Amino acid sequence: MPNKSNLKRRDLIIGGAVLASLAMLPRQAVALTKTQAVALIDKLVGDLNKIINSGKPEAALFKDFEALFNKYGDVPIIARSALGVAWRTTPPSQQKRYVKAFSGYMARKWGKRFREFEGGKIVVKDARKTKRGYLVNSTAILKGQAPFAVDWQVSDKSGKDLMFDLLIEGISLLVTERTEITAMLDARKGNVDTLIRDLNKIK
Amino acid sequence: MPYFGRNQSNRFLAPVLIVLALALSACTTAPRETGINDPYEAGNRKVHAFNKSLDKAILKPASGAYGAITRGPVSQGVSNFSSNMSLPGVMVNDLLQLNMTEFFGNSFRFVMNTTVGLGGIFDVATQNGLPEYGTDFGETLFVWGVPEGTYLELPVYSGRTQRETVGIAVDFVLNPMNYVLPGNFRTIGTASHILNSLGDRNRFSDIVESVLYESEDSYAQGRLLYLQSRRFQLYGGLNEDDLEDPYAE
Repeated sequence: MPNKSNLKRRDLIIGGAVLASLAMLPRQAVALTKTQAVALIDKLVGDLNKIINSGKPEAALFKDFEALFNKYGDVPIIARSALGVAWRTTPPSQQKRYVKAFSGYMARKWGKRFREFEGGKIVVKDARKTKRGYLVNSTAILKGQAPFAVDWQVSDKSGKDLMFDLLIEGISLLVTERTEITAMLDARKGNVDTLIRDLNKIK
Repeated sequence: MPYFGRNQSNRFLAPVLIVLALALSACTTAPRETGINDPYEAGNRKVHAFNKSLDKAILKPASGAYGAITRGPVSQGVSNFSSNMSLPGVMVNDLLQLNMTEFFGNSFRFVMNTTVGLGGIFDVATQNGLPEYGTDFGETLFVWGVPEGTYLELPVYSGRTQRETVGIAVDFVLNPMNYVLPGNFRTIGTASHILNSLGDRNRFSDIVESVLYESEDSYAQGRLLYLQSRRFQLYGGLNEDDLEDPYAE
């Protein structure tokens, strides 16, 4: 019988550990700390610096940028915000295809901007608390140019610590893309399918 | 570009402005502005269409040619000379803003680049850790508490706010170089400013063209870019209230 009781005890310990970790989970999720926000952007920027200076051809770079944005960023929320009020009237399957098209479009467009940082690097400096999470401040140091500010908004609202806006010298990706995507949708008379098709076409 | 320096009566403008500055410096700070204030959008869009065709027909090809003819060091020299010629105007604005740190920094810079830098062609000051602290009369008005006003698209100058439009006009007459230099030198200065603008158009051609020719609504994009970056510059960083919260939508 000692075997049985041993098993029971082990089960109890494992069960207790699982319970304890479950109890801890939501607490971790609600409290994004400054250290976590900075750590996320540190990792993001580290990967970004590697991609920028990898010397890969453009198509490969864009793939890397897309993977990076999806790893560290809340691309669905950025895409949703860019579509504006039309998001609410778009059926889920179409939303999904739109988010996918937007993800590639965003990687190509903003990847092109980041490509101009080749030979330079981005250095994370500090963070401050905001209503939604943290604003992490970094500086882009490029050859032969005055350094400029790159800020990142981080939140755990999605359930994970993710970046949801990036601002280059005050110019917000979220605001820029909402202006662009809603203008595109208007020009296509509100047809989301045409928008998806054209987003996929934009090189 | 017209120069007002030939008119002797303008010599009196600078002291008048300084008095005005002292009178206004007690005013409150300008409000932090958000959003887009553009009641003249229809007219602005027409000017934007004109600016776009001007860019296509003249600025884009001319800046490309300028970039191709002048290799790096030459266009850098022109750019240095042009900024050095406008630096005394920047210094006047530093004074009007009572920003003495930047006034003295820019003064040393001007003396160093004009002498050791051979009339401003070489930017020895930056190399010695004395970069330019740029400013303009638009910022002076901001410091004095003047609100931004509406958005305006100006011919050639493209997007500005009403406050910055007044700033451009005043900066024309504010630069002491216009009054102390003989006519020929002023012409050289003007030429260098025009060439420098072409150099900038060429240097930033990727970003300029992505806004002008690759965006769906180049007017709306240009307006947004201008307002966001100008406010960022004037406020010295981001304002928390301006930050987007897509989770709240």
